[in-house]
Order: sequence, then C-alpha cells, then structure tokens
Amino acid sequence: MSTGVIRSLKEIPKEEFFAPGHRLCAGCGATQVIRFALKAVPGPKVVVNATGCVEVSTTVFPYTSWGVPWVHVAFENAPAVASGIEAAFKVLERKQGVRRPKIIVLAGDGGTFDIGFQALSGALERGHDFMFICYDNEAYMNTGIQRSGATPKGAHTTTSPAGRVIPGKLERKKNLVEIAIAHGVRYAATMNPAYPVDMYNKIAKAASFQGPTVLHYYSPCPTGWYFDPSRSIEVARLAVQTRIWPLYEYEDGRYRITVPVKEPKPIEDYFKLQGRFRHLLEPENRWLLEEIKREVEENWNRLVKLSQISQ
Amino acid sequence: MGEFNPRSWKDLPVGNVIPLPKTSLQFKTGNWRAMKPVLHEEKCIRCLLCWVHCPEPSIERHEGDRVTINYDFCKGCGICANVCPVHAIEMVMEG
Amino acid sequence: MNGDRAVAYAVKQAKVDVISAYPITPQTIIVESLAEYVNNGELDAAYIPVESEHSALSAAVGASLAGARVFTATSSQGLAFMWEILWIAAGLRTTIVMAMGNRALSPNINIHCSHDDAYAARDTGWMQFFAENVQEAYDLTLMAFRISEDHRVLFPSIVNLDGFILTHAAEGLRVLEDRDVDEFLPPKKPVNAIDPERPMTYGALDLIDWYMEHRKFQFEAFESTRPVIKEVFEEYGEFTGRSYSPVKTFNTEGAEVVLVALGSSAGTLRHASRELAAEGKKLGVVSLTQYRPFPVDEIRRALSEASVVGVLDRSLSFGSPAPQLFADIASALYSAKRRPLLFSAVYGLGGRDFTPQHARELFSFAQEVLRKGEAPQRSIWIGLREG
Repeated sequence: MSTGVIRSLKEIPKEEFFAPGHRLCAGCGATQVIRFALKAVPGPKVVVNATGCVEVSTTVFPYTSWGVPWVHVAFENAPAVASGIEAAFKVLERKQGVRRPKIIVLAGDGGTFDIGFQALSGALERGHDFMFICYDNEAYMNTGIQRSGATPKGAHTTTSPAGRVIPGKLERKKNLVEIAIAHGVRYAATMNPAYPVDMYNKIAKAASFQGPTVLHYYSPCPTGWYFDPSRSIEVARLAVQTRIWPLYEYEDGRYRITVPVKEPKPIEDYFKLQGRFRHLLEPENRWLLEEIKREVEENWNRLVKLSQISQ
Repeated sequence: MGEFNPRSWKDLPVGNVIPLPKTSLQFKTGNWRAMKPVLHEEKCIRCLLCWVHCPEPSIERHEGDRVTINYDFCKGCGICANVCPVHAIEMVMEG
Repeated sequence: MNGDRAVAYAVKQAKVDVISAYPITPQTIIVESLAEYVNNGELDAAYIPVESEHSALSAAVGASLAGARVFTATSSQGLAFMWEILWIAAGLRTTIVMAMGNRALSPNINIHCSHDDAYAARDTGWMQFFAENVQEAYDLTLMAFRISEDHRVLFPSIVNLDGFILTHAAEGLRVLEDRDVDEFLPPKKPVNAIDPERPMTYGALDLIDWYMEHRKFQFEAFESTRPVIKEVFEEYGEFTGRSYSPVKTFNTEGAEVVLVALGSSAGTLRHASRELAAEGKKLGVVSLTQYRPFPVDEIRRALSEASVVGVLDRSLSFGSPAPQLFADIASALYSAKRRPLLFSAVYGLGGRDFTPQHARELFSFAQEVLRKGEAPQRSIWIGLREG
C-alpha cells in the first residue's frame, strides 16, 4: 500500500505546492516539512493549521503561500476542525460522490503538546483519517520564545530563563510518539530535516494508512535557539548524531530505529552551537548536564530494547 | 498565478478568504537579505541538497537537476552554501 | 414531545450531514436522540462525539467549511467554553445551526434556566431566535437551516429554548411530513466550500491594514439578513399556517402598559394579560422571536405607543445599570420620537419560577411607575426571597 517511497533526493517530485513570499525567519526549519508533506502525500489535500509561526507568517492577508486549501480556526483546535472536515467529506462522498481529500493537520509544539493536546487526544481516540504533523521548534516561538511542554530539559526560554538560581527549564520534554502509540495510532514517527530521504519516506508511508498517523518533526529555529541561520541543517544533524533526537518509527506494534547511531557525538557539541543551551556548559550547571545525558542514554536504550523485542 | 488585490471592504470575498492560491508570490522578500548566495555552476554536482533545504523555497530546480536562485525571494540565510558538499555556493555581501 | 426531542426531530428531518455532539444538561436529550437516529439508520449523518464543547464548535466549523449541513447544541458552561470560536464561526461565514438549552452560568453551578448563555453570544455575529414553546422550537430549527444557508445570509444561527421549561416539558406539536420538509429545505448549496480544485485560504491573519475592513464587511452583511429572515418567516407561515415575525405583539393596541420578555415567559405574560382583561385591565405583551440581529424598527413600532414599558431580563450584567435586553431596547428607543417610561425587571434566574401572579405584580408596579411619572433607576427583582 506504500506510495512513492524514494531512495534518493532526485526522486522527490518537482512540483511545489508552497510558495515563497512568506514572512518566516530566514533559516526557518518548518518549511521543509511543509514542502515535503505536500509532495509526498498523493492526490487532493487540505491542510488544517493551528495558530503559530507557520500560520501567521504564511497567510498575511491578502498574501498566502499555500497552493492547496488551507484552514485556520484557532490555536488549540486544529485536530477538532480536521475531525469536522474529515467527517463532512466522508458524508459528502457518500451522498454526492464528492472526492475526499487527504487531510494534513499541521501544528507547532504549542498547538500539539499543550493547548492543543485535548483536541489531538480526542481526534486520535475517534480514529479520524488524517495525518498529524507537529513541527517542533521546542517553544512558543511565534509569541517570542516561551517554554512549552516540548521544550527540552535545560533549555533557556523567556519563561524558563537560565537564571542565577534556576538554570532553565527543569521539566522534561513530553514524548509525542509514545502518546500517539498509547492512543492506538498505527503509525507514528520522528523526522529531522537533515535526513531528508528518511523524512520523505516516513510521510509517504504515513499517507498510505487509513486513520490517524502522527509525525513528530524536528524544526530548527535560529531565532529562538540562538544560532546562525546558515547552520540550521548542521544543528539538526547533530541532534540525531548525539541521540538527542532519535529517528525511529512505530508501525503496527513494531519499533524500528531508522537512522542507527553507533558512535554518538558528545552532547556538548550540540549544546555549544546554540545560545539556549550554552549555560549548561558552565561548571555550576554540570549536575543538569549530567542529568540530561543520563536521560538521553536511557531513552536511546529503551528504544533499542523496544526495537529488538518488537521484531 | 492569479492576483488578488482588494482595495476596500467592498471587494472582500465572503468568509474573509484569500480566494486564490500562492498570492504570496506578489510579496518579494528578497529585500530582507544582507548576504546573497552566488552559485558557481561549474562546481555544481546537481545533488539537489540546496533545493531540498532552502526554506522559502527560492532555489528552483530545472531540467537535468540544474538549479537557479530566485533573488526575488532569497532571504540570504546561507543554508544553501552551508549544505553544499562541494562549496559551489558562495555567500557574498549584497550590492 | 419535549423541546429537546422536537429539536432533534427537526434536525433529522432537515437531513443534516454532520452532527457535532457534546452533552450538557439540559440539552442532552437532543444529542442522545440524534445518536439514536443515526445508529438506527434513520438519519444518514456523521455523528462526531467530540471530547468538549470547544471541539464541538471547532468540528462544526470545519464541517461547514467543507460544505456540509451541520448541527450542534449546547448550554451555559458549554457555550462559555466554545465562546472563542463563536466569533470565528460567524466571521468565516459558516452556516451552523446550534440549539441552546438556555441555562444559567456558574457560579454556583445551576442546571436550570437563565438567559446568560444566549446573551453571552449576542455580540458574536450569530443570528439568534427564541422559542416560546415546543412548537416554536421545532419550527425555528427548520427555519434556521433555511435562513443560515441562504446565499444572501451565510451566517450561523442559534435557536434558544428555555432549559427544562421547554427542553424537558412535553407539549403537543404539529410536525411536517418529511416530504414537506424536503420541499421547504432543499440540500445545502455551499459558497466558497473547501475544494482542492479551487484552493483557498480560510482564516488568514489580518494586520492593522485589513481587520477593520473585514469587520465592516461582516457588519453590513449581517444587517442584510433582516429581510431574508422575514421572507422565510412568511414563507413558512404560508406553508404551515403558523405565522412568525421578528417581534410578537399581544393586546398592545392602545395599551398603556407593555411588558417585554424573551422565551417561555412571554406565554406567562399573555396568560396574565387575559386574566387582567377579564378584570377590565389592559396589559400589552411583546416578545422577540428574533433577538439578533436586533429588530430595531419592529421594537419601536411595538413599543412607541405605550406609556410605560417593563423589560424582563432572565440574566444580569454586573456593574451595568441595565441587563442586556433592557439595554438593547433602551438604545432602540432612545432616538424614537416618543419614548415610554422604561424599567427593568430581573426574574427567573437559575430556574426561579415566573408565575402569572408575578406577572400581575409587574403590571401593578408598571401602573405605579406611570402614576409617579418616573421609572426606577435600578432593576427590580421579581420572585426573590427577601427574607
């Protein structure tokens, strides 16, 4: 049932369904997942977008970057709006023979992990047919870099600042793929722009499923993470190579690490490139750095075990 | 692509929609940049990494996987120069 | 049938495509009846059992934009929870029909009738109708679909029915034959529906250069709904023999005292009016079937001949000199050539009973006001335990 799985970048379809002229920051990592999703998902499509960076920057009236029907209602309800669209098209297809488009729900980490969590949970439980893509820039970036439930431990944001007493966010990051699996989703995966073939194929695979699928995309943010925009893909690659952002997929009960990392790079290499983490390299924060390293290792080992037992 | 240029409240479409696709092509973001990418075509190996990673996208893919840069929209982020495996793209000061 | 059941029956006959359902007392019988119809194959519709009212309205917006005929229902806290989306549903020009089992807002939590929820929606751009009895609840639901989906309208509408008083009380009513409903209410023909062949952007961002224009556009469009509502009311009247109009008047010809109310209490006022008439006293009664857009001209015509008008509000606005209906009426009458004395009466909060005896007390009070030639500055409260 898989459609359009590729082996090289050259096989990525040429046609663009997303136009430049938007106001996203120079170097923004979100657009790659948008372009790829609109190419990898076959047939007619509708995008439902929650409030956030992508939504405000790509649809400043009267300018829109979207070459497909695109719907925005509010911040916390993209999956609920999508549920209504999906149900309507199912009925209209039955009653009038209208062709049902594939629904892609696109939300940032805010609209997924926090304010949008209830709507996502409900839509997953009801089993609507849609692809959910979270472009995760690990904070509420659109409103000026405030922490979210997806902000990683130790990160500096304006509402979890690296202060003299508390050195950044102390809570851990929620695990979206595990949450999706707990809802009985058949296909869920992590994605990263530095691994474009892996990313494209995951989208193509998710598109072949009926019912909800969840894709968790690492979206580098030069503005909020404080690094030079030109290094976006470098930072993204390091996230994978340090095992901080494991690339894996879950399909009908089986876990598979899709990009194995035999010799992980030191986490310090990843942290020193980004202003939001640099304070963790100070001696007084060593305890937090060690905690983070332990958790990255535990998470990786857990995934390795899961991929072994679920073969 | 069609153009959508309402002038007053009287020529707005029902539901506050933007009734055409890709109207952002009318909004040139090329004036954002301080540095601009210059492609040295003789070095290019047509790997398409710049086309894949350009955020706008302002790199266009042509026959035989030749690429060109669309300076109307390029914001000068420098990702293309950074990812090019053969350093075929050089960032130079704008004008 | 009780009011909830009558509304559900109308929704079934309207052949809705999508129902977005979240239960809340006293509207639960609506969503339960609809689930029964769907699961028994009597209604071919998608039933989305959403996880909250906010999602109920969000899903309804999505479905309406996709071109479907959509229904949802709520009350009180549920309306409050979805309030953010009400504005968006109206501004994006959806054609959702929503039944509201009018219920008081917390605190304290109360499941009985007040008009808080209807009033909370009054600025949002939804049309609002008030049913006085179960027959009206049924009729208005059918008419709401027709009005909302009309290409000269394209706004969502709320059909209000008093919680428990109408939602749960069984009354006799006449329903239309299915084929007559089909004739009165043909399938929805959407405008600017989601269509991959004609890709549009719905819900864009406005900077300071376009927001005001979008608001003006919507404001004027909402004004244009008035003649269509009247037209549909008339057509339904010819169809069924039951006539509707934005404002209902009873015994107002030459009446010095007129009382105004929304919802079921209008019926109580009319009952009292008949009792008083038997004693040679004249009480005029005005009720609004159409609350939004507010029927300014009709209200002026109905009230300008009176000498004293008492406006009943089943809600209040803390810190305001006037509750909501009183404020609407006062502003409609302010620039009228003849202005009656106007006073406000707060009644029925949280389901507090409003009886014909209360109505008679109000009539006497109104006569007092007329005699003194001066209306009280503050609302009077009817049926309150003073201790």
